[in-house]
Amino acid sequence: MTPRPDPDALLRQVQEAEALAARAKLKIFFGAAPGVGKTYAMLSEAKERQAIGIDVVVGVVETHGRSETALQAEGFERIPPRELPYHGKFYPEFDLDAALRRRPQLILMDELAHTNMQGSRHAKRWQDVMELLDAGIDVYTTINVQHMESLRDVVAQITGIVVREGVPDTVLERADEVELVDLPPEDLIQRLREGKVYVPDQARHAIDRFFRKGNLLALRELALRQTAQSVDAQMRRYMASEGIQKTWAAGERVLVCVGPSALTARLIRGARRLSASLGAPWIALYVETTRHLRYSEEDQARVEANLRLAEQLGGETAVVQGGARIGEDILAFARSRNVTKIVVGKPTRPRWTELLRGSLLEELVRGSGDIDVYVITGDPETEAARPALARRPAGPRPQAYLGAAAAVALATAAAHLFHPAELADIVMVYLLAIVVVAARLGRWPSLLASALSVGAFDWFFIPPYQTFTVTDLRHLGTFGVMFLVGLVISNLTERIRQQARLARAREQKTQALYRLSGELARAAGSSELVASAIHSVAEQFQGRTSVLLPDAEGRLAPSGEAGFPLTDQERAVAQWVLEHGEPAGLGTGTLPGAGATYLPLKGASGTLGVMGLLPEGAPRWADPDSLRLLEAFANQTALAIERALLSERAAEAHRRADEERLRNALLSSVSHDLRTPLGGILGAATTLLADPGLGPTPKDLAQTIQEEAQRLHRLVTNLLDITRLESGALSLAKEWVPLEELVGSALSRLEPLAAGRDVRVDLPEGLPMVQVDPVLFEQALVNLLENALRHGGDPIEVKAWSTGPAVTFSVGDRGPGLPEGLEDRLFDKLVRGPGAKGPGAGLGLAICKGIVEAHGGTIRASNRHHVGGAQFYVTLPVGPAPPAPPQEDTPMEG
Amino acid sequence: MSDATVLLVEDEAPMRRFLRVALEAEGHRLLEAETAREGLSLAASHQPQLVLLDLGLPDLDGLELTRRLREWSSVPIIVLSARGQEQDKIGALDAGADDYLTKPFSTGELLARIRVALRHRAAGEKPEPVLRIGEWEVDFPKREVRVRGARVHLTPIEFKLLALLARHAGKVLTHRQLLREIWGHSAAAQPHYLRVYMGQLRHKLEADPARPRHLVTESGVGYRLRE
Repeated sequence: MTPRPDPDALLRQVQEAEALAARAKLKIFFGAAPGVGKTYAMLSEAKERQAIGIDVVVGVVETHGRSETALQAEGFERIPPRELPYHGKFYPEFDLDAALRRRPQLILMDELAHTNMQGSRHAKRWQDVMELLDAGIDVYTTINVQHMESLRDVVAQITGIVVREGVPDTVLERADEVELVDLPPEDLIQRLREGKVYVPDQARHAIDRFFRKGNLLALRELALRQTAQSVDAQMRRYMASEGIQKTWAAGERVLVCVGPSALTARLIRGARRLSASLGAPWIALYVETTRHLRYSEEDQARVEANLRLAEQLGGETAVVQGGARIGEDILAFARSRNVTKIVVGKPTRPRWTELLRGSLLEELVRGSGDIDVYVITGDPETEAARPALARRPAGPRPQAYLGAAAAVALATAAAHLFHPAELADIVMVYLLAIVVVAARLGRWPSLLASALSVGAFDWFFIPPYQTFTVTDLRHLGTFGVMFLVGLVISNLTERIRQQARLARAREQKTQALYRLSGELARAAGSSELVASAIHSVAEQFQGRTSVLLPDAEGRLAPSGEAGFPLTDQERAVAQWVLEHGEPAGLGTGTLPGAGATYLPLKGASGTLGVMGLLPEGAPRWADPDSLRLLEAFANQTALAIERALLSERAAEAHRRADEERLRNALLSSVSHDLRTPLGGILGAATTLLADPGLGPTPKDLAQTIQEEAQRLHRLVTNLLDITRLESGALSLAKEWVPLEELVGSALSRLEPLAAGRDVRVDLPEGLPMVQVDPVLFEQALVNLLENALRHGGDPIEVKAWSTGPAVTFSVGDRGPGLPEGLEDRLFDKLVRGPGAKGPGAGLGLAICKGIVEAHGGTIRASNRHHVGGAQFYVTLPVGPAPPAPPQEDTPMEG
Repeated sequence: MSDATVLLVEDEAPMRRFLRVALEAEGHRLLEAETAREGLSLAASHQPQLVLLDLGLPDLDGLELTRRLREWSSVPIIVLSARGQEQDKIGALDAGADDYLTKPFSTGELLARIRVALRHRAAGEKPEPVLRIGEWEVDFPKREVRVRGARVHLTPIEFKLLALLARHAGKVLTHRQLLREIWGHSAAAQPHYLRVYMGQLRHKLEADPARPRHLVTESGVGYRLRE
């Protein structure tokens, strides 16, 4: 039976496909060795792309003085490098920000494995490339096979050269295209002889060793195989996405056991290769036992580094708490995660220790059942790097040893009570003393107690008394057993103590988190919440804490009390964290030079802000456990802040909606109540005016009534309009309308005002129709024209022109124009030009702007410098043309 | 032309008062109704020559009243509406009202509209073969249009559009009415067809097509041929 596709896998595939459609393309020019011509190949292809109109920019190209490559690199725009100080000198380095600002379609980034100089944002160039891709910029880059993270060991084995700069395999997998730049070894050696391969002088010797034919053959094979694998992976992804069932991995999952040994890195790379060839996910597991506490800091750091390596290589990492039998813990974890293959290192301990303490490997193999166990060799060179158990940093105090001696003395005194009873009873009394010492004072005092007990026992209770001489050899056996029992007891007791300590540490963490969530729950409002989060984090981690939230422009600012002053540099780090949602700064892989650690505050809707932590002394969150706890703190804080912000926003929106409703209801009822009597007043006044028998004075008065009533009516109408516009409840009934018709009807509405004025309309033929709400848009034009007629001098010029995707309509007048600085504010409500006389309350242009913007257009004003006067421009986007009316075939005959 | 009986259906007393003065000064006889029902019964009992109908009545909307009147009467109806009642206005015009006026209006405007409506009523009984509008002559039998005596070539649709407007000169025709007459029901959703042809017509006939004197846009409603 064919295995059914796992729904999660399908979903993942859909998401990946979506992301793929949107994301930028990465192309890698892949080579077996330096000098095969990767840079040249990249430049040639970039040339072709440029020729078809793609915007190509050089980020980094290393020509190494090769003239043919240099020639090829000409004709491209370059991102100017940044000069970074290093040991008093300045060196050029790729400027990521400049590249992001420039936003080309395609950027060339030579030497993917390059390590950036200190002061760059990322430690490695491949991280720069990832950020460029995230920004939607296509990237071409080059890499040699020896720089692939998972192949570094293999390369080191073949060539004897340890390569320090590695690129995670996931980067290669991320590539949309991998092009192998291949050159047969003979040709390459020839090129080297001709000096066509760049070799720095100090590396000449190593390079000669590197460029042996055997090496080159092996490297070439590696490169070919890697390329084949990546093609294979593409093929598999394709087949899977097309629903071709056969290739579904039958739920393979690889587990690799991580320890503090330097061998583990090899182990992890091996596991990665295995899982890559299976197309299976993999997990790196570290079992934390009481031994972990006794590892030196160096070893603890190595465990952390190994886990991080696994993450970089695309694996999942897990840490579980283990007991005495690690093998069982590993198997239990493996079963819980449906692991099918376990990768472990070959045992490196001498065989006798295995006999004594049991072997992890044997435990695993015996208990594995249907899980395969893969054993991978350790490298003999690095075998010396086996972890050394360090002494516990804080040894017992001298008083503890005195206490141990006193306990033995006490036991001796007590044993005298039994004397001359059975020796066994006396031994019991001593053992009791050892147990008490082990439980209260720890391992080393208890060992001392064991030794002292044996001595005291011999001195006081074994004839001949008061000497260490032993006549009866059987007593030696008793001493031995007594000492061994003491040893075992002290070991066991110590282990229990340590476990208790581990449990206590865990308990404290849980307590701390619990306290935090309690405090966050009690806090009312976001500011109080931030304050209590700052307090809790600062207390727990002994660092100065700031919570930074973005303002309206996305600029971070401390919320509440700032724990430490934020320099521009630190702010830039925090800003990066906000934009990328990943931790950065001290103790992380990104911008590690920063003074503080910055963690994103991630809510359900994205990154809300950043939490910064400046250590006092050595950071208390350097170890993975504490870092995880710190992250948990940040997450809890983020969720609480998000909740608070959401509820504050909801309350605000509610309040605003209430206000809005009230205002609208009030205004529209006011306008209605005002307009009805106005209709009567105006009608009555015009009726009076129509009476031919009216004398001149009453006629003047009636005229005044009419004009003022009209003015009042305009004001009320404008108020209603602006209310409708600002409530946002405006629904546009858009239709395709020729601009000419709109201008015509607007001018005809303004006829009384425009009578006798010089209004010149110049609309070119073939102007596209605009898609607007005709009634509303006509109102906008009326307001604009009315403004010109009232405030400007003749001639009033009405023009329109079309520029590709937009149509611009302009109204210009002659006269003093607009006062400086008022051009933009002119469209605000209640703003009127100085000296503006006549009717109006400064609403006309605000309405105009509201209507234009509701249509997706823009409006602006400027002064006409040559002729004097103001000019207003309305620009409207023009969508696709409307369907033309059905054709008429025959012109009508008369 | 004066001396008509005009029925005014309007619930606002001040409006009624000034309309009464204005219409009576013009020589019309005014019937006043405060509600739609009262208006309907007055229309039935007095057979007015013209109805002035306010759209914002308390009991029935003006649209419904227009419909009911049109069931049995072809009396000219002029709708009085407030701004913001565009849809009601268009509805009333589609239902058969002849014209509309947006409040506030001057009496001069109102009386002019009343004159046009009454003349139409008179003319409707005997259509003229040749219509003169300003400098234009629309010759229906010959299907010809002349501007200052010179013949202007129109496409069939252009002529049809002009003829429709000319037959109802002075009266508003809604987009829907025009579309239905020219293209049938199928094109009712494409008011921009109409705008395209109206633009062509203006370019052929009007002295300044951007500021038309006769082919007037009633924004959001339709077109009117102004004499």
